[in-house]
Amino acid sequence: MSYVPHTAADRRAMLAEIGVESVEDLFCDVPQQHRYPELSLPEPLSEIEILAELRDMSEQNADLDHFFCFLGAGAYNHFVPSVVDHVISRSEFYTAYTPYQPEVSQGTLQSIFEYQSMICALTGMDAANASHYDGATALAEAVIMALNVGRHKKKRVVLSPSIHPEYREVVRTYTQGMGLTIVGDDDPANDLQALQTLIDRDTCCVVVQNPDFFGRLSRPAETQTLADAAHAVKALLVVVADPISCGLFKPPGDYGADVVLGEGQALGNALNFGGPYLGYFACREAYARKMAGRLVGETVDSRGQRGYVMTLVAREQHIRRERATSNICTNQALNALAAGVYLAAMGKRGLRQVAELCYHKAHYAAQRIAALPGFELADDALFFKEFAVRCPLPVQTLNDELLEEWGIIGGLDLGRFYPDRAGQMLLCVTEMNSREEIDCLVEALEEIVETWEEREEEHDE
Amino acid sequence: MSEKVESLIFEISSPGRTAVSLPTCDVPETELPSDLTRDDLPLPEVSEVDLIRHYIRLSQLNWGVDVGMYPLGSCTMKYNPKVNEVATRLPGFARTHPYQDHCSVQGNLQLMYRLQEYLQEISGFAAVTLHPSAGAHGEFTGILVMHAYHQANGDTKRTKILIPDSAHGTNPASTTMSGLQVVEIPSDERGNVDLAALKVQCDDTVVGLMLTNPNTLGLFEEHLLAVTDLIHGCGGLVYGDGANLNAILGVAKPATLGFDVMHFNLHKTFSTPHGGGGPGSGPVGVSARLAKFLPGPVVAEETESECACGHAHPDHDDEPCYHLVMPEASVGRLKAFYGNFGVLVRAYTYIRMLGVEGLREVAESAVLNANYLQARLKDVYPIPYGDRICMHEFVAQGEIEGAPDVHALDVAKRLMDLGHSHPPTIYFPLIVPEALMIEPTETESKETLDQFVADLSQIAEEARTNPELLHEAPRDTPVGRLDEVRAARQTVLRWVPPAS
Repeated sequence: MSYVPHTAADRRAMLAEIGVESVEDLFCDVPQQHRYPELSLPEPLSEIEILAELRDMSEQNADLDHFFCFLGAGAYNHFVPSVVDHVISRSEFYTAYTPYQPEVSQGTLQSIFEYQSMICALTGMDAANASHYDGATALAEAVIMALNVGRHKKKRVVLSPSIHPEYREVVRTYTQGMGLTIVGDDDPANDLQALQTLIDRDTCCVVVQNPDFFGRLSRPAETQTLADAAHAVKALLVVVADPISCGLFKPPGDYGADVVLGEGQALGNALNFGGPYLGYFACREAYARKMAGRLVGETVDSRGQRGYVMTLVAREQHIRRERATSNICTNQALNALAAGVYLAAMGKRGLRQVAELCYHKAHYAAQRIAALPGFELADDALFFKEFAVRCPLPVQTLNDELLEEWGIIGGLDLGRFYPDRAGQMLLCVTEMNSREEIDCLVEALEEIVETWEEREEEHDE
Repeated sequence: MSEKVESLIFEISSPGRTAVSLPTCDVPETELPSDLTRDDLPLPEVSEVDLIRHYIRLSQLNWGVDVGMYPLGSCTMKYNPKVNEVATRLPGFARTHPYQDHCSVQGNLQLMYRLQEYLQEISGFAAVTLHPSAGAHGEFTGILVMHAYHQANGDTKRTKILIPDSAHGTNPASTTMSGLQVVEIPSDERGNVDLAALKVQCDDTVVGLMLTNPNTLGLFEEHLLAVTDLIHGCGGLVYGDGANLNAILGVAKPATLGFDVMHFNLHKTFSTPHGGGGPGSGPVGVSARLAKFLPGPVVAEETESECACGHAHPDHDDEPCYHLVMPEASVGRLKAFYGNFGVLVRAYTYIRMLGVEGLREVAESAVLNANYLQARLKDVYPIPYGDRICMHEFVAQGEIEGAPDVHALDVAKRLMDLGHSHPPTIYFPLIVPEALMIEPTETESKETLDQFVADLSQIAEEARTNPELLHEAPRDTPVGRLDEVRAARQTVLRWVPPAS
């Protein structure tokens, strides 16, 4: 199977038109000694066979249709309404490309314009782009944008240690050739006040996450104080935010953020083992022209009708080449479409309801787990849908037991990223977790620890 | 307004409507911190039926590969097999979390490992990372890797990246992001890299050359081995922009042609859909000496006896265990998690269904189709390098004798009215004036190509006899030509409620 429609007669006619004898003649510029090399791949499969193979492979995984999941940490098990996959499965959307010719791309363009508008509404910002690869790359682009806003003279970046560790890593990878000084995230104890002391005249941006990696919410007034300190030295405040939390809590635009970005996967996108996702990115009006990535704007056509085009393209690589704001060439259009459909389907009330369900269920779970012997909440803070728990057994041990004996995918072992939080599990509860599931998790944790202790005692005897 | 123009989702909103049903709260409620909650959330309120009709009508305003030919040069808009879509939505794949313990996602890791192996075999490279999200992301990766290699060798004065003037704009943009310096190399009169100009730049400050081969003119570099030798001779590395790999699948391996690094565009060569502009996927292959610098994690295979994870694998005793590992001198992470896994499943499915013969047939037919179109259009439009055999694409010019006021843009717009094809890429590559960059791909039939020739011939004729038809085009599309200058000057980037 190669999806090539040519018959032998077609091929002959086409070769004759070109004026060559054989298809091989068309590769005359490929150095002869390197032409048609030995190639070893498995024998091709029919559709029946490949689907059987893939089903087998996929069934080796523990998937969320068959296991309860309390794992979050940047990728979330939220409900995806049926309408979302139906819309993104329309092949007029998914088999199109970048809307270079707007007259035959209004579907893509208008849906992105609507997405941008909804992201602005959610974050309290004035402008949003058509999306980045994911939340982490959106953050890296925000830092580079801040550097550009400061005309590359201000080279200090203040990062909160409670930003997703992989996001901070990506910022470092992206900016390794830019001579930045990145401070703040080396000490996990640095809170908003401590970060404020790190801001100086050389600082181009301060980045915090809210809710942070541990699920904790900060108070708007505290973040506003940090924003004021940043603005006093003409630095930007960048806030990484869970878009679902923005359905319930004050948007970062209300407490001084200049840029709001984050992982948009939670908005109607499948977990997909980490991708493809989308990084949403929004900012204040003043910085709209400094944003990287695709932007869609409204205009009129030759007939006087409203229409949409990619705009401010002079920032982009295909025009400015080495002077572009970024090398980004695509966005995650289909993921952004899913996010747009999701937000429209949820609407004003639905998104708030989802966020409230997460909040109540997470608090119920936290309360019950904290009441178990040996378990306690690691942080005394307001939180949204995630919380860290100090555990009486190694997190890996608990997770192995949960998975194998209870069919539960447990939380993240925080020791993996934060040595000072070894023995803590980061749990996530969403609207997808019923009370029954939460109760099952609590029972499981209790029993695993009891059994373990009994075994220890027997061992001691 | 014409009936074809669709209202914005906000404009069909009405207070109290919703398109979802959510469960009632089944746990005791916890008080909300009132100083933190928001008052208003200005999202639309629509019913499910209105929502679906809105998006379906929007979809009908789009052109896609499933609607008709899409010869967008350099974008490889081939048919996207439907089995790929079924494969990636299998719940065992789609409903897995990236931070699950590796023992619980062996199926995912096995698929990724095999895909790494297949891409290595197809390209001849020693190692592949599936981590980058797109072609430009892969390019950036490649530059970081080349730079890291020189740095590790203590070769710190290398700061120059050589880039031919025919290159994609992402090449110089990625270079700047890496903090390196771009040096542009001109093309010669046959569309190749100008060897003499290249030689002048080859010294001990060269990090590497970024070469798209076949290049954006659709031409295979005639002196490729001389070019790669020159770069290697001065201690530099050769980066291959794999955007055009479709032309040589199974016919040549980039690694044996002298490339040290290359990115793959799974969304071009390996049939994964373009999604209206993404998601893509840009794995990167490298030669052995660069493997340890790759971004990751990558997937490693270990037989159980060596497996260090300490977990028992009771279900598959004799099976190998797959792990995520970070290459030892990695340039770092380029995104959260591992790669665009959903896209990887599609590419894997495609490679498994095609096999060696199928992949070769792809390249051969892609090149056959392009040459057929070039041969048939040669007398209709100027084709600057039309005396050469092209690869998977070629560049014609929208300059028609006897029609001085007609431009590539007009030809493109008129093509939309004829309704059989999306226009080609226009005004790229920059080195060809009035460029019409045409890439038919292998999945278009001879009949479709003949229709495309008939359309372009008709347009050339109209340009001479009735140029207004072109200048006023498109007339049969949902909207006419859009005022892009106005969009950029009076920027409207979001909907705002009308003042009441």
